[in-house]
Amino acid sequence: MLMVACQSEIMSPQKRTKDAGILEVRFVGDADVLDHIVDKQEGVKVSKSSVQKLVTLKPSRDEQQAELQEEEDDEVFNEEVYVQALGTGPEENGSAGTGGAAVFTFQTIKRSNKMAQMASEWARTPGKSVTFSTPDPPDECSSPPRVSKRQASQNKTPQKGKKVQFVSTTPHRLRKRLSAPSLKSDSDSDLSPSHSEDEDEDEEEKPARTEAEPKTPSKAAAAALYKTPAKKSKKEPEPSLLEEYFEAHSSSKVVTSDRTLQRLQTPRLDQETLFRLLDGKPSCYSEEISRLNKEHEKHFSRWMWQLQLGFSVLLYGLGSKRALLEQFRLSMLSDSTHLVINGFFPSITLKSILNSITGEVLEHQGNFRTPMDQMDFIVKTMREDPEFHVYLLIHNIEGPMLRAERTQQTLGQLASLPNMHLLASIDHINAPLVWDQSKMSQFNWLWYETTTYLPYVEETSYENSLLVQQSGALALSSLTHVLRSLTPNARGIFRLLAEFQLENKDNPSYSGLSFQDFYQRCREAFLVNSDITLRTQLTEFRDHKLIRTKKGADGVEYLLIPIDTGTLTDFLEKEEAE
Amino acid sequence: MTTSSVSKGCFVFKPSSKRKKRALDAEDYFTNGSEDYETSKERFQLCQALWENMRAETEKVQDELSKKMLDSVLEFVRKSSASFLSREEDWASRMRASEIPTAALVLGVNVPDHDMTFQSLSDRLQQTVTPFVVSVQAKECAALKHLLQKFLQRLMGLSVTVDEEEEEAGAELPQRRVHCSLSALCDWYRTVCQKPSGISPGKKRSSSAMEFPPRPPVILIFKDLEAFSSCVLQDFILICSQYTQQLPLLFIFGIATSPCTIQRTLPHSVTSLLCIELFQSLPCTQHLATVIDKLVLTPQQPFKPSGKVLQVLVGLFLYHDFSVRNFIKGLQLSLLEHFHSQPLSVLCRKKEEAVERAQKLSHQEVERIRQLPSFMRFVEKQEPEEQVQLLTSDDHVKEVCQKLLEDLRRYHKNFYPILRCLHVLTSSLPKYPLGKQMRELHVSCLERNVWETEEYESALQLLRMLAKDELVAALQKCVEILKPGKTKNMRDALQQLGTLTARFQQPDSSADPPAAEGSTEGKEDDSAPGQGLQKKTDLFHLQKTLLEMKESRRSKKKSPFELLRNETVEYIDSLVKMHLATPESQPLYEVYYYTSSGTLRRHLNATPRTSIQTALSHPYCYLQNEALKNEAGAISSSAPDLCIVYKLHLECGRLINLYDWLEAYSTVVTAAKGDDPDSGEKGKISEVRHARFIRAVSELEFLGFVKSTKQKTDHVARLTWGGC
Repeated sequence: MLMVACQSEIMSPQKRTKDAGILEVRFVGDADVLDHIVDKQEGVKVSKSSVQKLVTLKPSRDEQQAELQEEEDDEVFNEEVYVQALGTGPEENGSAGTGGAAVFTFQTIKRSNKMAQMASEWARTPGKSVTFSTPDPPDECSSPPRVSKRQASQNKTPQKGKKVQFVSTTPHRLRKRLSAPSLKSDSDSDLSPSHSEDEDEDEEEKPARTEAEPKTPSKAAAAALYKTPAKKSKKEPEPSLLEEYFEAHSSSKVVTSDRTLQRLQTPRLDQETLFRLLDGKPSCYSEEISRLNKEHEKHFSRWMWQLQLGFSVLLYGLGSKRALLEQFRLSMLSDSTHLVINGFFPSITLKSILNSITGEVLEHQGNFRTPMDQMDFIVKTMREDPEFHVYLLIHNIEGPMLRAERTQQTLGQLASLPNMHLLASIDHINAPLVWDQSKMSQFNWLWYETTTYLPYVEETSYENSLLVQQSGALALSSLTHVLRSLTPNARGIFRLLAEFQLENKDNPSYSGLSFQDFYQRCREAFLVNSDITLRTQLTEFRDHKLIRTKKGADGVEYLLIPIDTGTLTDFLEKEEAE
Repeated sequence: MTTSSVSKGCFVFKPSSKRKKRALDAEDYFTNGSEDYETSKERFQLCQALWENMRAETEKVQDELSKKMLDSVLEFVRKSSASFLSREEDWASRMRASEIPTAALVLGVNVPDHDMTFQSLSDRLQQTVTPFVVSVQAKECAALKHLLQKFLQRLMGLSVTVDEEEEEAGAELPQRRVHCSLSALCDWYRTVCQKPSGISPGKKRSSSAMEFPPRPPVILIFKDLEAFSSCVLQDFILICSQYTQQLPLLFIFGIATSPCTIQRTLPHSVTSLLCIELFQSLPCTQHLATVIDKLVLTPQQPFKPSGKVLQVLVGLFLYHDFSVRNFIKGLQLSLLEHFHSQPLSVLCRKKEEAVERAQKLSHQEVERIRQLPSFMRFVEKQEPEEQVQLLTSDDHVKEVCQKLLEDLRRYHKNFYPILRCLHVLTSSLPKYPLGKQMRELHVSCLERNVWETEEYESALQLLRMLAKDELVAALQKCVEILKPGKTKNMRDALQQLGTLTARFQQPDSSADPPAAEGSTEGKEDDSAPGQGLQKKTDLFHLQKTLLEMKESRRSKKKSPFELLRNETVEYIDSLVKMHLATPESQPLYEVYYYTSSGTLRRHLNATPRTSIQTALSHPYCYLQNEALKNEAGAISSSAPDLCIVYKLHLECGRLINLYDWLEAYSTVVTAAKGDDPDSGEKGKISEVRHARFIRAVSELEFLGFVKSTKQKTDHVARLTWGGC
């Protein structure tokens, strides 16, 4: 099996234009690939045995102790990495254990090593190879010459400027390319529809990727395992990740392929179908996942006493923590007053949280002028009765509606009350940025890693994903609601527009009905008597977001109903039925 | 689930009032899940008692440390309030009269710690100078209106609650409705001051109230000056300056960064209305040093954090927040964890109690002791018969245990004074081979036998070169440190060091001539090669002469001073070797030392993003399934959907084409199933797979890796860069 390695990849643009001719295409034989693998495995063996030795040195300890020892070893690495990340530590020890350096590429980028890994992976599991080629997969593995040619041509592109377009396949594509000149052919630009291209991208991006080390919470062996490759690549010149970053972010144009989801038979699934499809599917690794969750459930009583001693518990890690918190709630909190807050809920507000505390928990009738007054009241009431404990469970405390500084401050104030106990979860990768030092100390967090791998079903169900078709059910009902409150004439006006839009649904260049035309039609249908009446009516529609106006190229106003045709047809049918 | 709804985000649950039984408290949960109920209960109480003790100690430390600064602030307040009273009608005092006296406290960046300082400051002010102390925070004062409102409310509300006994209870509400202005405040102040007898009986601290001057100043504390919006402050100060004649106002600014923030937030026209005096608080590192000194470096506290734990806590302090409060929180957590996880921590208490408790050890506990690694090492060192005894007889173990606990106690009593002595001796050496701070030395002593390190060697070498006065001064300090020591060893050491110091001082006459002789000899030596150097300058000869010099030095007879110095250093070395062994070498050290620094780090300084990304790129770490085991960086096609989609998205640039992404995903999943990718119709993607992809992408969006974009149809934008 032959692999292709493209060497002159990550370079500054200027350099690349100069060196574009000297592209190096290397054919790596199986033997070399094997070499890499063997090399690596040796490293594995060595480190493994060393760890074992470490354990056998203390034969008297029982297993738990040994594990503890390993854990400590792990920590030594962590601390070094940690210090290194701060720029003070020794240079060696590129990545180990759970330190940040392992997962984020801060300093060392393992180029050749990475390629070797890729190679080894592909060599070993050719059937399962991860490639981007659906239409014709064979050509990427079996025809390296073609690939290299394409790469060469691609690398020439910057030299010759925007005109040369070796790889364009469709005129449309070419046109598009010409109108959007890209002076450098960064491999991010997916210039051609060919998929071997993607592979080339693989090769380039991967080196920049982390030498991601598995974080093994309890096994130092794994940490030791990956030390070898990291050290090996330590001396390599550092490709400028920084430069790359700015290169990619400097131009506003990003070139990707132009294919859209319209190519699919079902471009968009609606929410219901989605649920139906996913519901039946048993999740893979359910056994491991449930084992993982059982593990987390052991912490419940520990959380309880930590909460009562004035700490707040914060759960993080991949996977929905809703089920876990729900389990906690049912098993631990059934005898105490508690409040569940869905931070991912799109219209949660601080006011609603405070209102449920004052109104439902503290049973206070009456309103407050400001949230601050409300807070003062809560603080006062809670202080008065120190025996009264309230538990707050916040799913996704970093949820979009709770991110505001003031909200977090108030939540922190709540958490700092001695008889208010807070248990929260975070999921967003940048969630900890919500808190500064003083908020952190108000919350008094204890962090718990609870990786559950459970799907975020509830959490994402509110989101308007690009891929999910808006079912339109909501739109339809709101449409009928609004229209029912209108005069018959106004309804007629809207129906007129809707019918016209449906007539033109197959016309791709339809941009809406011009105001003049519309006025004419309305007059003919005896719906309005002056254009002012029509305008007033349209303003009302616009306020209800029933229509949208667009200025055309000729300066004429065009009217559109921003609802998809299916919903609109449904609507008209319903209207007819009435 | 009952907690999901499309119209509500908050759900309140209340226990049904019928079965309202006693709510469990922390103790119940603490004991819950551990095998032996009784001892865990005991441990919890022990732990709470220790924690109370520690907290009291830290509060005392805090008070002592801030005392100096607070005293000077109080002095300042008194002085300026006195100037309010004795206002003469000359030009200078009228000029000053429009200025508001202001104390700017530079407190350092450890904002969480400030609360305690302000609390004690306002307490002391209220006790000694004036009843009218109000503190405001920036978050309450978004606009001038709010600031005024808070100010007046807190000031007048205070007196309202005081007056409540005389007037009717409803007085509060009308008071609040009073038009919020400073003139209203002035009126109020005048009435309050005119009937001083009206306040003082209402005051709880009537005795201290008598000491208040007739016109006590009104003090407003801005807790976090940096966070206040500049226009609010400007307006407020301008308004206040108009009332200085009627109202003896005084400001206190709490500053976290540097005094120039005042100039930065306020224009000159406003600062000229203030008469600012700066007060600097102690640096927080010093605060930390004192706290460590009082809580850790003392035999009084039975609980000890191990070297690693201390490193973690100090690391958090130095690299993250400079917050002593968080450091103490870390100590509290390690204390709790120690008592929770170590059943033998029942013995972690004061010596007499511990010995007493050791007599009552249950069989199970004795078994646990036998399993302690340090105890096992101890057993191995014993005679065979003794070993058998220790392994079979519970009573014998109990006895030995008592002895060992006493030994450990003695060990600590010797350890800390000697540690301090060593620190005194080495902290002034050039380049600080053993660290500048006591905590560094302490950690290195806890980690390994300090005399085995190179740093210790070099420190001793440097000590052997110390000048007489420096050495004597250091020795005297050591003597001071050792004086309160009660153990026999410490008294011996004290005596020995005392005589050594005396010998340094006393034989001045007798030691001097030889010393002088030595020095002159040295001079001669110095000068001779010096001349040689001028002649021939090549490196080889230089090296040679230097070597010769060294030889001659070595062989030369030492002066009495040098001999004495060497003797002293030898003695110190022997002291260190005797008393500064690592705690790990002591049997039963597990009872007192908390070692699991990993737990601590995980709970205090977690890395949520690392965890998420590890879970995404290496599912095997969490889901120990063989199918997921793979080389680093490679992607197992049978991984969970989210992981595959994540891995694929790493390969993309700023924008990701959803169609391509979906196609790639489909390829991977097809490969996982072992289907031939060609068998399916081209471009056709099954609905289920499509749905799974959709879910995975929206989960990635939820996690913050991608977001939808309008830049191009059917594209999402990546929010991370490169491999992150």
